[in-house]
Amino acid sequence: MQVYLDNNATTMVDPLVVQEMMPFFSEIYGNPNSLHKFGTASHPAISKAIDQVYTALNASDEDDIIFTGCATESNNWVLQSIFTDYIVNGDKNHIITSEVEHPSILSTCKFLEEQGVKVTYLPVNDQGIVEAETLRGFITEKTALVSIMWASNETGMIFPIAEIGEICKEKGVLFHSDAVQAVGKIRVDLQKVHVDFLSMSAHKFHGPKGVGALYIKNSQALTPLLHGGEQMRGRRSGTLNVAYIVGMGKAIELATQDIEITGAKIREKRDRLEDALVELSDTFVVGDRWNRTPNTILISIRGVEGEGMLWDLNNGQIGASTGSACASEDLEANTVMLAIGADNELAHTGIRLSLSRFTTDEEIDYTINHFKEAVARLRAISSSFAKQQPTVGGEVQECELHH
Amino acid sequence: MAKADILGESLWDAYSDKVTTLMNNPLHQGEIFEADAQARGHKLIVADFGAESCGDAVRLYWEIDSKTDTIVNSKFKSFGCGTAIASSDVMTELCIGKTVAQAVKITNIDVEMALRDDPDTPAVPPQKMHCSVMAYDVIKKAAGLYMGVDSESFEEEIIVCECARVSLKTLQEVIKLNDLTTIEQITDYTKAGGFCKSCIKPGGHEEREYYLVDILRDTRREMDEEKMKAAADASASGESKFEDMTLVQQIKAVDAIIDDSVRQFLVMDGGDMEVIDIKPTDEYIDIYIRYLGACNGCASSATGTLYAIESTLKEKLSSNIRVLPI
Repeated sequence: MQVYLDNNATTMVDPLVVQEMMPFFSEIYGNPNSLHKFGTASHPAISKAIDQVYTALNASDEDDIIFTGCATESNNWVLQSIFTDYIVNGDKNHIITSEVEHPSILSTCKFLEEQGVKVTYLPVNDQGIVEAETLRGFITEKTALVSIMWASNETGMIFPIAEIGEICKEKGVLFHSDAVQAVGKIRVDLQKVHVDFLSMSAHKFHGPKGVGALYIKNSQALTPLLHGGEQMRGRRSGTLNVAYIVGMGKAIELATQDIEITGAKIREKRDRLEDALVELSDTFVVGDRWNRTPNTILISIRGVEGEGMLWDLNNGQIGASTGSACASEDLEANTVMLAIGADNELAHTGIRLSLSRFTTDEEIDYTINHFKEAVARLRAISSSFAKQQPTVGGEVQECELHH
Repeated sequence: MAKADILGESLWDAYSDKVTTLMNNPLHQGEIFEADAQARGHKLIVADFGAESCGDAVRLYWEIDSKTDTIVNSKFKSFGCGTAIASSDVMTELCIGKTVAQAVKITNIDVEMALRDDPDTPAVPPQKMHCSVMAYDVIKKAAGLYMGVDSESFEEEIIVCECARVSLKTLQEVIKLNDLTTIEQITDYTKAGGFCKSCIKPGGHEEREYYLVDILRDTRREMDEEKMKAAADASASGESKFEDMTLVQQIKAVDAIIDDSVRQFLVMDGGDMEVIDIKPTDEYIDIYIRYLGACNGCASSATGTLYAIESTLKEKLSSNIRVLPI
């Protein structure tokens, strides 16, 4: 059996989505900007995809949802253009974000800091989320933007976006949310929360890689990131990626139409897996499960180093992650676990398991068995569980390496 | 970055088969207990290195026959990734049968070589090289405990890059000999900084006493000082070529010639001059001067006097000199 439990990194494209995309490669391939019928033939499908995305998010007709290449592009667009519009060409100089954002936010903020922007990285509490009231004290009249993720890729913890949105509205500050891990996993209703900009990515909800979107409330001004052929009314140039836009539309429809029911089914499997794994001694899961996306577990297993655990799971045909997939090659401690104040030693023992609506009960059973076997094997090797104490003078007082 | 780097490596695919095999089935994983070693008439040494909070920890067990100082058995425990476990396993393998004095000569390079499938292909990707360094460190610690000495005393030279085992002395020599100016060049010449990168600058995987950026800067400064001292010595003994002098030396040399052979004639006519600047160009060394007193505006200052100054300086210092009054 082969079990994919890394759905926060990316997901399988739903075969129904692939089916919807197929005609737009070799049959209806015209450029939607062309006047001839080859071009206009794709218009009904694109219009449908636009409707599907607006419906899924309950966006207003006055809002813009602009297709992009990925959420990294959407995040870069917001941050870099807020910099251009409100800092270079305005009197603001400050951006607020959190210390646990995705690298496409954090690295862009670091880049903007090099350009002279002041950036505040809000701390998280022991649940790994920013408390809304923490934000209030950091907003000044120089603040151009607040950018806070909707849900964490690493822990699945859901941030208090409604409260944060209200504070931003009250203070008159623009609010962006990276909702990559929320859209398609939990209900995102843009009539119920105040958000100016929202990033999403299709491949996180069983759509194809290479297409995402940026929601812009009330079609407000935001300098384009990509200049060119004036597609999407000049907001994002570049020939429309027709097949992928169609795929994203279908994927978001499938992911959101019965999201409460689907979410509950995933949650049931997730909880069963989690309950079984925490039976192991010296383990803990980050964050209360009622406030997590229904598919995610970040579990720490004392004495078992994360990459070693991934190795054993991989040998058992199980795909998991030590945290952010983007960071899984740089071997560093889990940044979220450090941020929530977990002991340093636990920051190297985090394993993230993320389910999808395609995860089966058989896969969960298989994973429970194999996971426990892997922990037993690695703990048998682990120095953390050794019984013979070191010779006097042979102990280690503290970490001699540095992070 | 180039074509081969666009996708990036797949970390685990870069491990040798030996690393994979030993990670899956380490041969010397386990413990040796004090009582058992004693019963066999042996001494047990147990040393830890690293900690869970670093992400890597190893405990090394040596059962030693104190009559011969020979390590008769060795085991390990490890909190770490696959390469850490495989490195520890090979380390114990290498220790068994050696005397403590021999074991202390085992370096991380030996451990990594022992993990290779073939001698020319690295066993682990560069960023995993530090795992084998831990093996080396824990051996030194165990030997120190057995011999009752500080483990640092086994290090005969200052090692800056632990992964490639490059010493401070080697780095300084290579920088000087090859006139290196960048960290990339240092890595190309010595491999230092090419693995876990901790030794390049502060803030890496591990805190270091010496960093390549500081060594490069200090060595370059030393080289400049040496060069200047050599130039000053040569100039003092009159052996130095004008072209090779530093600017200050050139100004001093020009002033000396003017004091000796020029100024007295100008002063006689109620004038004087000063050197404003010296600038080497492709063709000439231009010496900018300014006339003072009666020389200022004197008809011959642009002809005869100028010619006399220029030819004196040319004769005494360099045929490339051109004097430009401003």
